[in-house]
Amino acid sequence: MSSPAHRPPMARPMSFVWTRRIVLTLLGIFAALPVYVMLSTSLKPLQDVTEKFHWFPHRLTLRPYVDIWHTVPLARYFVNSIIVSAAATGLSVAVAIFAAYAVSRYRFKGKRVFTITVLSTQMFPGILFLLPLFLIFVNIGNVTGIALYGSRAGLIITYLTFSLPFSIWMLAGYMDSIPRGLDEAALVDGCGPLGALFRVVIPAAVPGIVAVAVYAFMTAWSEVLFASVMTNDTTRTLAVGLRGYSTQYDVYWNQVMAASLVVSVPVVAGFLLLQRYLVTGLTAGAVK
Amino acid sequence: MAVPTGTTAPSRGEGQGPRPGSGRVREPRRTLKVGRGAVPYLLVLPALLLELLIHLVPMVVGIVMSFKELTQFYIRNWSQAPWKGLGNYRVAVDFHGAIGEALLRSFGITCAFTVLAVGLSWLFGTAAAILMQDAFRGRGFLRALFMTPYALPVYASVIIWAFMLQHDNGLVNHVLHDQLHLSSKPAFWLIGDNSFVSLVVVSVWRNWPFALLILMAGMQNIPDELYEASAIDGAGVWQQIRRITLPSLRPINQVLVLVLFLWTFNDFNVPAAGDLISIHIYQASFLTWNFGSGSAMSVLLLLFLLVVTSVYLALTSMKRRSHV
Amino acid sequence: MRRTRITAAIAAITTATAALTACGGGTATGNGGNDKPKTLTYWASNQGKSLDDDKQKLTPELQKFTKQTGITVKLEVVPWTDLLNRILAATSSGQGPDVLNIGNTWSASLQATGGLLPFDAKTFTAIGGKDRFVPSAIGSTGAAGKDPTAVPLYSLAYGLYYNKKLFKAAGIANPPATWPELVADGKKLTTGGKYGLAIEGANSPENIHHAFIFAKQHGADFFDASGNPTFATPGTVAAVKQYIDFMASDKIAAPGNAEYAQNQSVQDFATGKAAMLLWQAAGVQLKERGMKPEDWGVAPVPVQSGAPGQGTNVDTMVAGINLAVFKNTQNRDGALKFVKFMTSDDEQKILNGKYGSIPPVTAAQGDPAFSAPEQTVLRQGLLKSAVALPQVPKESQFEELVGTAMKDLFADAAAGRPVTTESVQKRLEKAQQQMTG
Repeated sequence: MSSPAHRPPMARPMSFVWTRRIVLTLLGIFAALPVYVMLSTSLKPLQDVTEKFHWFPHRLTLRPYVDIWHTVPLARYFVNSIIVSAAATGLSVAVAIFAAYAVSRYRFKGKRVFTITVLSTQMFPGILFLLPLFLIFVNIGNVTGIALYGSRAGLIITYLTFSLPFSIWMLAGYMDSIPRGLDEAALVDGCGPLGALFRVVIPAAVPGIVAVAVYAFMTAWSEVLFASVMTNDTTRTLAVGLRGYSTQYDVYWNQVMAASLVVSVPVVAGFLLLQRYLVTGLTAGAVK
Repeated sequence: MAVPTGTTAPSRGEGQGPRPGSGRVREPRRTLKVGRGAVPYLLVLPALLLELLIHLVPMVVGIVMSFKELTQFYIRNWSQAPWKGLGNYRVAVDFHGAIGEALLRSFGITCAFTVLAVGLSWLFGTAAAILMQDAFRGRGFLRALFMTPYALPVYASVIIWAFMLQHDNGLVNHVLHDQLHLSSKPAFWLIGDNSFVSLVVVSVWRNWPFALLILMAGMQNIPDELYEASAIDGAGVWQQIRRITLPSLRPINQVLVLVLFLWTFNDFNVPAAGDLISIHIYQASFLTWNFGSGSAMSVLLLLFLLVVTSVYLALTSMKRRSHV
Repeated sequence: MRRTRITAAIAAITTATAALTACGGGTATGNGGNDKPKTLTYWASNQGKSLDDDKQKLTPELQKFTKQTGITVKLEVVPWTDLLNRILAATSSGQGPDVLNIGNTWSASLQATGGLLPFDAKTFTAIGGKDRFVPSAIGSTGAAGKDPTAVPLYSLAYGLYYNKKLFKAAGIANPPATWPELVADGKKLTTGGKYGLAIEGANSPENIHHAFIFAKQHGADFFDASGNPTFATPGTVAAVKQYIDFMASDKIAAPGNAEYAQNQSVQDFATGKAAMLLWQAAGVQLKERGMKPEDWGVAPVPVQSGAPGQGTNVDTMVAGINLAVFKNTQNRDGALKFVKFMTSDDEQKILNGKYGSIPPVTAAQGDPAFSAPEQTVLRQGLLKSAVALPQVPKESQFEELVGTAMKDLFADAAAGRPVTTESVQKRLEKAQQQMTG
């Protein structure tokens, strides 16, 4: 496998080039327009925001970027979100890799049941999990003394499980298309099955793993419903905390926009950095 | 041309990777290790335990709830709630009654919304992934730009569109009405009939980057040799897309479209008035303190999605086999 | 065989975990105690301009409480979007705060769950007595004939806010006292891109508050004496139609108002786009939005004819926030001390002064802070012409179903579709048919 980035640039027909230019420009505008509106709104005083819309701020102000830290404890929410999302992502990817390896490379009794059950969890509306799950956490707390409700640990466990079904399915499929020959070569070399996994399969599956990691992170980062019930003031995450800019009095549009942009900068920066892994396929010693 | 067909459907087939230069497509045969010791079970165990604790047991509890009359009177002590048998279900499927009719209507709207939103998200994602295959200046920046809607917190995405779609002060009406003079008076986008359009647009805006992400990763799996071989045969880029790229992405697309469908169907975060089923169920259960009824509706939703998924998987797997 | 062993293992784990859920019964039905006498957890609702603002307003008072009693209060200000969900989770699991704020329209539903501590005669004595409270406020703490499960904390009523400058410019000397007068004034004021009245058309609670009062003025109610819904009687239909007509046929409210759900109507009033507004204690908000105090005035909400009073001349519902004690609390005595503190004359004056609301404690109402023109109108309303929303467990269904029906009717009006008695009746009948239980 190799990546388009390594492919020698072929001469493309003008139809392709022009299609590319037009389509990507339109998609770019579609993606960027609301982001621009967020930016310009975040630089306007609230009065201007609630009046007729203007493309450029008539009065420019950086005040919202200062206020956002006070109206709502944004820094604390940000840290909570990072902790929860990073931990959930790391653990979810690890658990998914092991399970996907089993599904892809092994035939075992109960495999079909496992995969179908895991898939069916995607069909149940989240609101119905909510109370039963909270109840389970409370009971675990009563029995063992470990308080999972209101804690980051509870959220981490919840989120990591939420992203498992798709991650397992995606990774299993990805691993399916990694040639068995590579596994067998590693086994011949004397690695156990886990060795084959770490030495051969994982490096070959990096783009899939990166995609799944991004998905797991964003699932944890954006989840609102469970976070709203499972967290308290200290452990609240961003997804829920941002709603605090909409209060009894008003919706502080400019502050919501400013806060959203501020917390998204690291995420987008992460995307930028991870991009190369998405496009780099490593096939050290590909089977010929 | 040989087409690699790694399959992603659960517990499908067996085979080896494509042998270069092989002729017709064959269902790949894979020699799986048959249950050597506990290895596969150990590998699957963490996922299984987590799924049991977080997904499956709450689901079972939810299903049990649907057979009870669980209203505000019994919420403190679920085991005391009286059994209602199929009572909640009967009310939900009685399409002549008000509740059943409202549920059915909400259902229909959600189906239309989901098909449209997923279709467009997939289309945009595929188009962008294919068009960005080649390196060109600014590609990295463009990718990051495309991913930005996905990176934004859901609440922010929803609220920015709600802001833009306002009747009086929104950008959309400002452009359509004030600047381009396309309509005689400003339209309503958040209420009324147009709100359906708003829901679709916002869903596509938020979700198509995810399709792009998955497809970009999937395209890495397509061997260069295929493209090179076809170029030697004289195939142009459009033919390559039709004959190599799209078929190779089939397995990924099978997963992608299905999960997008399931997630969009259950989507909760909307900027406008819209009778989507997950909100409908939330209103019918949480806001009215009738959890038994809400559970029953959710179980019905689950059954519907199970049927749709099975049919979908059967159809798409059959299609692939017919290409062999 | 491996298969049966695996299946057995899964079955065992599932049963064990399911048993964990069943345990919920025991903890949730406890009756609380005094295991943790030194701390209290208090969930306050968002009443101020931000969560932080609430924290700043409440913390000094909580510190006073700690000084008096030695009990530390852990304060958490919960946004309205989350409050009900969290109360539900707390009620079903038994794991929650000690004291909490609740919207007074939730009182009957929460009372029915049995999750809140009832205030019987003894408990009332412990906090200073029931007759300290204004009768109409007590009327909104639970179903009649049962012990209330909350006490009033902040009281609010509706007033008619009007723009003095615009009124003068239109040549109107006094604010309207009856609805026909309001419509006539509204028409005079609807000119030059401005409108007579601002309405939060997409806000369900707002909708039903007004519908309820209109219904009472037409001699009707949305629930009958036995608590059954009566949404589509001639009186209720006329009531809802009268309110929707402000936009539909009178055209004194802008069509855009049909999508207002986030206080945009207050903004419109503050910027002079609308000359009148029916709102609860908007004064603090108007100040925040930069409206000069001399530019607006408050009058009692109009009635059909005559003057505000009882019976068919009520003009406001009893709005407000109640304070409740969670039954599973582990510091029952401390919680009651806290309730006594928060409803004491001094604290009532201070807190309601900060929030711009009216104290539901009669003695505190006499404070000069509540004699400002706005507070006087609201106070009089509470005392003389207020009535509580139906204190039935199905109140929240009513709010949801009728509120949505009214949202849809406003959408019809905004789109220019006709709103007739038949169309209103049909929608209300549909809403009633969707009531369950």
